Amino acid sequence: MSFVDLTNQTASQSASYADSHAAVSPPVFELRDLSVFYSAFRAVRDVNITIERNQITAFIGPSGCGKTTVLRSLNRMNDLIEGARVDGDVLYHGIDIYGPDVSPTVVRRHIGMVFQKPNPFPKSIFENVAFGPRVNGVKKKADLEAIVERSLQGAALWDEVKDRLHTSGLGLSGGQQQRLCIARAIAVEPEVILMDEPCSALDPIATARVEELMQEIKSSYTIVIVTHNMQQAARTSDRTAFFTAEINPDSDRRTGILVEFDDTKKVFSNPSDERTENYVTGRFG
Amino acid sequence: MTSTMTTGNSTIDLGATGGWRSIKSRLMIGLLGTAFVIVMIPLVLVLATVIMRGGKVMSWSFLTSDIAASERRTSGGIGPAIVGTLLTTGIATAIAAPLGVLGAIYLAEYAGTSLLGRVVRFMSSVMTGVPSIVMGLFVYLLFTLRFKQNAFGGALALACLMLPIIIRSTEEMLRLVPTTLREASYGLGTSKARTIISIVLPAALPGVVSGVLLAVARAAGETAPLLFTIGAAKGLNLQPFSGANTALSAQIFGNASSPVEAAQARGWGAALTLVALAFSFTIFARLVSARFSSQR
Amino acid sequence: MAHPVLDLTGRRNRGEAAFGGLARFAGILVLIVLSLIALVMTTRAWPALTSGNFFTTKRWSVPDEVFGSLAFVFGTIVSATVAICLAVPISIGIALFVTQVSPGWLKKPIVYSVDLLATVPSVVFGFWGISVLAPKIMGFYESVHDLTSGIPGLRSLFGQPNGRSMFTAGIILAIMITPIVSSLSREVISTCPQGDREGALALGATRWEMIRAVVIPHSSGGLVGAVMLGLGRAMGETIAATLVIGSSAQITANLFGAGNSMPAVIASEWGEALGQHRSALTALAVTLFALTIIVNVLATSIVSRSRRRAQGTI
Repeated sequence: MSFVDLTNQTASQSASYADSHAAVSPPVFELRDLSVFYSAFRAVRDVNITIERNQITAFIGPSGCGKTTVLRSLNRMNDLIEGARVDGDVLYHGIDIYGPDVSPTVVRRHIGMVFQKPNPFPKSIFENVAFGPRVNGVKKKADLEAIVERSLQGAALWDEVKDRLHTSGLGLSGGQQQRLCIARAIAVEPEVILMDEPCSALDPIATARVEELMQEIKSSYTIVIVTHNMQQAARTSDRTAFFTAEINPDSDRRTGILVEFDDTKKVFSNPSDERTENYVTGRFG
Repeated sequence: MTSTMTTGNSTIDLGATGGWRSIKSRLMIGLLGTAFVIVMIPLVLVLATVIMRGGKVMSWSFLTSDIAASERRTSGGIGPAIVGTLLTTGIATAIAAPLGVLGAIYLAEYAGTSLLGRVVRFMSSVMTGVPSIVMGLFVYLLFTLRFKQNAFGGALALACLMLPIIIRSTEEMLRLVPTTLREASYGLGTSKARTIISIVLPAALPGVVSGVLLAVARAAGETAPLLFTIGAAKGLNLQPFSGANTALSAQIFGNASSPVEAAQARGWGAALTLVALAFSFTIFARLVSARFSSQR
Repeated sequence: MAHPVLDLTGRRNRGEAAFGGLARFAGILVLIVLSLIALVMTTRAWPALTSGNFFTTKRWSVPDEVFGSLAFVFGTIVSATVAICLAVPISIGIALFVTQVSPGWLKKPIVYSVDLLATVPSVVFGFWGISVLAPKIMGFYESVHDLTSGIPGLRSLFGQPNGRSMFTAGIILAIMITPIVSSLSREVISTCPQGDREGALALGATRWEMIRAVVIPHSSGGLVGAVMLGLGRAMGETIAATLVIGSSAQITANLFGAGNSMPAVIASEWGEALGQHRSALTALAVTLFALTIIVNVLATSIVSRSRRRAQGTI
């Protein structure tokens, strides 16, 4: 798989494009000197990352290093936490998503999210998947049914649930619920899917299923995944970012920093930074 | 098998914790238990009286007949009072429930830790303790003086009573909805209002409904707010805005102070009806909230 | 730089802002209503409040247009105090029993039964009070009166008995406030950490000793709040009190004597009152409102403080 050469690209001027994001200038995300604060506390600082289309980017590192914080800043989910704010730039196709005119609701339609613990709505399987499209204005029953089928197919769940679409989503197993959440996310046709440790609450078989799914859908989406499982990152991702924490001597609190961001193969076999090497070889967890 | 063991020079006795202390503990515990028995005595006595004396006059015609023109009549029923109670309580619910739920939504979803939110929450709690007669007097001065006595005035007073109760119980129910459900909705690009209406409220609905029903049961039994605001009609009045009205609670109050036997008997009949009404709402509310807990 | 084809601005969602505004308005409504109550009533009550003797005399005479609040304030406080003295040991006893002693299967039935008391409308309690309790309790009052007639202090406290008296009102009020004091006490007591309780038991304390040494000190603050809330309810209860308190505007040390309370006199005299009389009754309502607000503000902050301490946010 080849890289897109950034240096010669300019912002695309084409007025029409086949799918909604194809002609837009890569990279998908550009984080420049990003710091995230919760009130006065700086949770993570000086993050510089570029995320490319149709790749899987993994954030790895020990607990409390800001991986999830950075992930959630990509779709403005941190807004939900009182006192959270951002310094630096988060550029989505060149647009600062924290800009004054930007609506977080619209941002989240382009950038979807799957959470650590599966959280289907207490509604039927059909209604779970149809919720997003409904909110976006799709009203006709036939259209909704088509979208639901397509999304469930895309999440490799269709065959298992096609005969019980109107039963509660909570009646599924953990792994199935997570795939339902993935189907729900892709039903609104986002460009990016953010995944916050999506397999940590699942058993190994369900985990393998979800990893398989990630490879299958990679060609249609850009995926950013936070994971504690190094092997998972090594198996599934194209690029890896390693985070660690530095302890602030005054306040005894930890601020996350980005140590290294490179091709996955390189991070795991020949990392540039000693800290990365210590982590991936298991010398400290 | 004994509970004592002898080793060397000492005996270890695991059987008792030392006579007096253990006896005293059991005594005090027993005393605590009798507290429950003591409080049940009046409940049983009151219910027994209501059922026995009310049962004597109870009949279908009692429930549907008009109020006796004169106290001394042995005939007459409480039909108009039942209608009055349903009317005032119904209108009060129609006013207080939406406003109360919206207020709770403000507290649970919008207020956060803001000062205004804390003040509103605090004062809602305080407002639940305002005496019901103050509510009645307030509505009288504000509304009844200008618009005369009618069912709507009574409903307004009841609504003032119900509002803080509904706000508090609804807020609690909304807070029980897990944050992760809201996050899932926001993650799909849903606006806050839509998330609240389509996800949060439906998830909390059984608990919210249960809380409203309990408030209704409370309002149906109130007398003081209605005393000055609805007047004392004797006939059936379905008009909320014109003409005085009556209610079960008002009838009971009036009959209770009367020395006439027949009036007293009718009062007990009305009391039985009102208690049955309040109990049904309460039991219904518990059933709804039980379904809620089984769903989670 | 805004991209021509990728629009992230989103139309300013009018519905969104309107909904939030509506919710905020509903919240503020509580403050508005409370302020209106204070304003409207104080305005109407102003002539009486400023008449000079409203707070100083116990005389209440309609024809002479002398309106003093003391007798009613006295009656309110006395009947509420009797109610508290009766209800608090019972309510806290039930709360302790349910949380510390009772086997699991017994808890819900007990709680539901006590809550059943709260379901009975106050007017029914009042009716029962005046028809059944007042006549029947005379015997009990008479025995107490005879028993204490020799003891100087208690003699005046338990003077000539009347069925409809402040004490009877106190009993009825006690029955009515028990559910709420009990339920709040339960909430407060159950915040006592399991670890502390087990620690005491592990040291060999009997169950009662554990309750006395650990549970009660831990909950005492919150329990005060619960009791105050009950006090507020007892003071404001109108209908039951009206029927059984005896409707006599007097100040007497005799608990068994007839008396009157602020809500009761408002309820009974408002219908035929005019002019200055009305103003005086409204002034009584204002006084009652102020009193119950103060008690409730204190009680609510105590209870919420104990709640927050239990959650660790203080």
